[in-house]
Amino acid sequence: MHGRPRKQPSLKEDNASIEKAAKLRSLQSLVLHNHQNKIYDKEALEVSSKLLELNPELYTAWNYRKLAVEHALLSEENSDTIRAILDEELKVVENALRRNFKSYGAWEHRKWVLRKEYSSVDQELRLLDQFQKADSRNFHAWNYRRFVAKLKNLPAEEELKYTTSMIESNFSNYSAWHNRSVILSHLLKENPQGLDSKHNVLKEEYDLVHQALFTDPDDQSGWFYHLWLLAQTAAPDAPSLISFWPAHGSDLVVSSNGSLPLILYFDQVVEGKAQAWMTYLKFPELGNNSSEVYTIEVSLGQVNGIISSSGSSLSLPLRFTFTTRVQSTPSEHSEGIVTMKMLSWKDEEFCRNEEVLQYFNPCILPSDLQRINKDCQQTTLKWKLETFTHEIALFRDLLLEMNWQLSCKLLKIGMLTLARLLLAHDALMLHNTTSVSQKANCKEILELLQDLMKLDPTHSRFYKDMLSIVLMEQMVSNRNSLEGYCWYYGTSTSSLTQNIICLRLNNLSLSRIGSFEHLLWVQMIDLRGNELRSIEGLEVLQRLTCLNLSHNNLISFTALAPLRLLSSLKVLDISHNEIGAHSIDTTRYLCSSLLSQSAGDGCNLDEYAINNVDIAKYWEAVLVFKGLQLTQLDVVGNAVSDDDKFSLLLVKILPKLKWLDGNAVY
Amino acid sequence: MMGDLEVEKHVQFVLSVEKKKDDFESVAMEHIRINGAYWGLTTLDLLGKLGVVDQDEVISWIMKCQDESGGFGGNIGHDPHIMYTLSAVQVLALYDKLDVLDIDKVSSYVSGLQNEDGSFSGDIWGEIDTRFSYIAICCLSILGRLEKLNVQKAVAYIVSCKNMDGGFGCTPGGESHSGQIFCCVAALAITGSLHHIDKDLLGWWLCERQVKSGGLNGRPEKLPDVCYSWWVLSSLIIIDRVHWIDKEKLAAFILNCQDKENGGISDRPEDAVDVFHTFFGVAGLSLLEYPGVKAIDPAYALPVDVVDRIFIGRR
Ligand SMILES: [Zn+2]
Repeated sequence: MHGRPRKQPSLKEDNASIEKAAKLRSLQSLVLHNHQNKIYDKEALEVSSKLLELNPELYTAWNYRKLAVEHALLSEENSDTIRAILDEELKVVENALRRNFKSYGAWEHRKWVLRKEYSSVDQELRLLDQFQKADSRNFHAWNYRRFVAKLKNLPAEEELKYTTSMIESNFSNYSAWHNRSVILSHLLKENPQGLDSKHNVLKEEYDLVHQALFTDPDDQSGWFYHLWLLAQTAAPDAPSLISFWPAHGSDLVVSSNGSLPLILYFDQVVEGKAQAWMTYLKFPELGNNSSEVYTIEVSLGQVNGIISSSGSSLSLPLRFTFTTRVQSTPSEHSEGIVTMKMLSWKDEEFCRNEEVLQYFNPCILPSDLQRINKDCQQTTLKWKLETFTHEIALFRDLLLEMNWQLSCKLLKIGMLTLARLLLAHDALMLHNTTSVSQKANCKEILELLQDLMKLDPTHSRFYKDMLSIVLMEQMVSNRNSLEGYCWYYGTSTSSLTQNIICLRLNNLSLSRIGSFEHLLWVQMIDLRGNELRSIEGLEVLQRLTCLNLSHNNLISFTALAPLRLLSSLKVLDISHNEIGAHSIDTTRYLCSSLLSQSAGDGCNLDEYAINNVDIAKYWEAVLVFKGLQLTQLDVVGNAVSDDDKFSLLLVKILPKLKWLDGNAVY
Repeated sequence: MMGDLEVEKHVQFVLSVEKKKDDFESVAMEHIRINGAYWGLTTLDLLGKLGVVDQDEVISWIMKCQDESGGFGGNIGHDPHIMYTLSAVQVLALYDKLDVLDIDKVSSYVSGLQNEDGSFSGDIWGEIDTRFSYIAICCLSILGRLEKLNVQKAVAYIVSCKNMDGGFGCTPGGESHSGQIFCCVAALAITGSLHHIDKDLLGWWLCERQVKSGGLNGRPEKLPDVCYSWWVLSSLIIIDRVHWIDKEKLAAFILNCQDKENGGISDRPEDAVDVFHTFFGVAGLSLLEYPGVKAIDPAYALPVDVVDRIFIGRR
């Protein structure tokens, strides 16, 4: 099916093919007949081996041979005879593999024979050597090699050496690099001889991969391996907290019987699911006109469950406190915005007041709570920084000195690797030092990514997504810059306490958003006029009340699935996107939906049935919106909203809705 | 664009493959005729032409491939295997005829192939591969019997096959390969477990499969091939990273692999066509929203209307 030229066969070839086909057909029928009638004599076996040589893919014939072998072994105790029987099978497999060494059935038959443990491993390794020399990327052969190594308990060090020799004879052998990563991961995990050994091992690997990159730089294999080394170097050992809400020392007002989110944001995925860990604090119901003050202390020690994917628990115990005042009468200070009138996103509704920004308390970690490195962490940190600095210098040189003679492909991968190294370096600095000035690579990263978009237009949106993430981090990760995007919603004359801060990141051509750890405090965000097709990660902004996503590139309701977790959300603008305009939904499986196992969250579409509306057509909208407390929604300007009946459905799903597309809902 | 999709010629080609029986290739493929039926019939459905084949004839033949164990063989008289069982179920789903099956029997056959470590064997002989994990999960999900599996263990096994590049291999330690990645990503999608995937890492590896000609290859440093339009593209769609490739160039590559004279699509331009690549070419164009081709679901590999009929209808 692969690599055969398209041409009309000549009459002669046609006839030859028909003749060969007739032979194959008669062999096939014979074997199937023998199989059905359990005929295992010598002659019958010979027919099957002829057949398998001609068509190694015929799985039933391999099954037939297995049955025949089992039948023969049943009455056989002499181990020489047994070995002879099994050797015959190995021969049949070898012949089949010479015809087609990608035959799953043939390799599997060989494994089946080997599992009986009568055959010599040396013989297998010799055969493998032949096959792997002929086709060094054949993944069947590599799989078989791993199978033999495991079956015979061959030492991992030996197999590592084999990959070294394969790599040294040809640097562009992705299969060998891959196997190396498997063996090394295993060795590092099984024999943790202290940090030094890991550092030394990785250093040797960097040296090896540099040789490959500089010898045969046009090949992709080494670059993927280099990226893996980078990830191994950067990987944090134990999770540490990088941000949380409520802020330390903050003073919050909560209404009686109300609740407050508590969000802990880690530097890596914890509990195998997400970087953020969220819960809600529930407050008691109070009598009329009374109030209570609670001081809440959050203490994180060795918390069960907060563990990294590698199984280590929190690196450092941590404690923070904040105060909550619970009031029985609703006040404008209360958490959550009371939306009495329709909210407008027009420019004139916002004002800047430098004077009051000083009261604004985003959730940037207070410096005294920042990670204090223990001694061993210091060693690791130093090693990581040294490694990155060294690699950065190396790639800067490569790009500078050889720029004029680099092929486009190499230039591209070299620049991307440098950008990734700089990013990893900066991330390390951000979370481990208090000094902002040391994080000076942002400009270089942005330039690299912009150049890459031009150099490699096929993947321009990959670089664009990366660029957006970097830009966003630059905007919101330090207070000075962040303040530039913070506006008060309300006029400058109204009482400032009534107003909330809106983070206005509109019209910045962002294709992706991130840096949520800096935004846990946000209640109102304006993202209109960007190029967003996803809002993944937004679900950690648990205080979010007003969200503007209009004029973006969202293509389906399932892309809005993170909103399902935002219980405070009241005002949503998704107008002028592409919802309903595409036949292929790229977020269909990223939300738990009716199509996947997690469907069982009791979504009963019939509950929302309306006369003459095909509810099944809108199941994604029901899935995302049901349970939300929206009071204001704008959907106009999407293909889906062309259908009048859709509005009726929305009103039914969202019982609290007061305004839909600027009109009051009755 | 390299010209249009030759819908009518491809329909004729699919029908001709069905009739052609005497050349070597046709005989050599007889043992996977049920796969061929799935590729051919799904192609016809995507092109809006499922009606040109006699439904009753197909279904009665399919049912003759069923073994007493409940599993299906690749053709009448061939041994049952999980691969052919999925094809049988998929074809019946196309026709909305799952009710002709003894669903408990078929699903018991499939769930019986799950091993202690969560992996799946392809048949009684014990070959283990994450392809079979996907097949089992997909098959039982379509049949509404996913609860017959130990899904948690099945997911854990798939995750244990994850590699340094974010992709997946056939068994733990196996090299990433686009076909294998599709199986693992789709299985994780169906079980609601996509959080196990590093979408940016895998997405980059996958988008780097696009080569200069616009086509996609299956592994680094390999030639592009139309069948990867499906394996790579569906994986990229499931993890929402498909915008990282140049879709127009890919569509042009697929269209370029058409035999514009006799119908059918080949692995690469000017190669011999076959029904396998014809299906993956048309399915790829479907994922690229090519006008006139019905939408296909990236995880179940069945038309979206068929999947919605099964799942939204069953709610
Ligand atoms: Zn192919």
